[in-house]
Amino acid sequence: MRDVAIEAVSLRKVYGTDQHAVVALDDVSISIRKGEFFTLLGPSGCGKTTLLKMIAGFETPSEGNILLNGHDITEQPPNRRPVNTVFQSYALFPHLTVRQNVGFGLSMLGRPAAEIDEVVNRALGLVKLEAMADRKPQQLSGGQQQRVALARALAPSPEVLLLDEPLSALDLKLRKEMQTELKRLQLELGITFIFVTHDQEEALTMSDRIAVMSSGNLLQVGTPKEIYNHPVNRFVADFIGETNFIPAQVAGTTATIGGDIALPVDPASPQGSHTLAVRPEHIRIVPSGAEATLRALITESVYFGTDSHVRLRLANDIELVARFQSDEAGGDAPPVDTEVGLIFAPGALQVLED
Amino acid sequence: MARRDFSAARLPGFATIAITVFVALYAPILMLVAYSFNAGDSIAIWEGFSLKWYPVAWNNAEVREVTLRSLTIAATASVLSTTVATMAALGTTRRRQTRGQTFIYLLINQPLMVPEIVTAVALLIFFASIKVATGYQGLGYLIAAHTAFCIPFAYLPIRARLEGMDLTLEIAAGDLYASSWQTFRHVTLPLLAPGIGAGMMLAFVTSLDDVVITLFVKSAGQDTLPTYMLAQIRRSVSAEVNAISTLLLLLTVLLLTAFFLLTRKRD
Repeated sequence: MRDVAIEAVSLRKVYGTDQHAVVALDDVSISIRKGEFFTLLGPSGCGKTTLLKMIAGFETPSEGNILLNGHDITEQPPNRRPVNTVFQSYALFPHLTVRQNVGFGLSMLGRPAAEIDEVVNRALGLVKLEAMADRKPQQLSGGQQQRVALARALAPSPEVLLLDEPLSALDLKLRKEMQTELKRLQLELGITFIFVTHDQEEALTMSDRIAVMSSGNLLQVGTPKEIYNHPVNRFVADFIGETNFIPAQVAGTTATIGGDIALPVDPASPQGSHTLAVRPEHIRIVPSGAEATLRALITESVYFGTDSHVRLRLANDIELVARFQSDEAGGDAPPVDTEVGLIFAPGALQVLED
Repeated sequence: MARRDFSAARLPGFATIAITVFVALYAPILMLVAYSFNAGDSIAIWEGFSLKWYPVAWNNAEVREVTLRSLTIAATASVLSTTVATMAALGTTRRRQTRGQTFIYLLINQPLMVPEIVTAVALLIFFASIKVATGYQGLGYLIAAHTAFCIPFAYLPIRARLEGMDLTLEIAAGDLYASSWQTFRHVTLPLLAPGIGAGMMLAFVTSLDDVVITLFVKSAGQDTLPTYMLAQIRRSVSAEVNAISTLLLLLTVLLLTAFFLLTRKRD
């Protein structure tokens, strides 16, 4: 397993004792490859930050081990791990200049001044902050502080860079810029990035692989496409993107919704009473005369420019949301109260366990 | 905003009370300073302006001796008490909250609460037995006593500074390969420096003007500036004491101004 950077083996973290015990991490095992942009995604309190802190060494697991390049580092203190962190609050040293902040790691390692100078200059160049080198952190804008934090964590050339919701304090435009920047840096440097976020869009656009977590458990690990198109359960489908959920009875290759509407599903689907999930953009709206899987009535239509969000009602009062792509001719979704046909893209209908 | 917030400044009689308080506080001090420039040697009858008492005080060998002793004690005691206070502050803020926390806090601040005279008598008896046992008669007793009662004064500003400090900074230092000692040396200590400076100055001033404990603890020939001045005033009131007081006042004001500037400037 030479291409594995970080391996977590059956990690468990319990805070408190006995009746007041809170399980922050429940038997989590995960393998993160070298050079990968790996995202831990989940709502607050899901354990993603706890896992990150364990990799950094700020928290000790109650059970389980952490391996870096095959070596057990569970018992190593943070200052012995070739792992650096970009903190959510940046945690820049206010009494040091930008240059001293960026050089801090190397100078603690006792590297010669000339080498530190050179590396710091390169790191500052990487984040385009050469001009700010002699300022104090509090003289910089939020976005610049963020870049200093990044340069500081990258300067000692860590094996793994940990990023704890580093973009959450930035405004939308700056956040988008930094997303691109982070991705560029990661590709350029080839360092393993482990990124923590609760923002599903951020996770989808930046990651090579995503791990979705909820209440201390790892629900699914996969590429953004796998996670989006084949969520393993209702929680993952609900957390990432928008989804229609319809209670259904599954028997063989048929899912019955609302008692009398039968829809074809994958034969490998779990049988019995489950939830049928379909993404709004996987539903195609066609004129009522055309051949279609289902008939529906448009009850609401909101125009968003590139598309319209359309609310549909099926014969048995089941409601669905669909997207109607605006075409180049400026064609718009059919008006409210129009009778339409619905076609589902192949594989669009998925049976999910709760 | 039509509704005005409550303000004590708008209560009837506020100005009168404020002025009375300020006069009561500062008139005696102003008088003391004024009479240090008196040409006569009375501290009650004005005989014209003169600076003569300052050289008189300066050339008084005894004054120089007790001043030097006071400064030595204050400097040593403030350094020692600040060191202890810094460690105490780190110990009480850098650890997880424990049940004994309040008790420890009370213990550290004990000299602020126990009547000074009680401490003085206790120290007198305690040191007397040590003196008998060891035969040592030096300044050590005074320094030890001053260090003890200066600790809470040094402790408070340091603790305040520590509580306002972002703990993530120390975690970040550890993440960047700093050992515990390096973290303390390169992150905690520099950030704490203004608090330590402020604590040391408060301790210095507190030690400098102590009378009660010094009177009880000192051996013969160990007068400090305040106890010397007390003795002088008992014997005969002279404007020389006014001049010394004025200089002491000036030193205190300078130190407290520096303290204020240090604590006010937050980064």
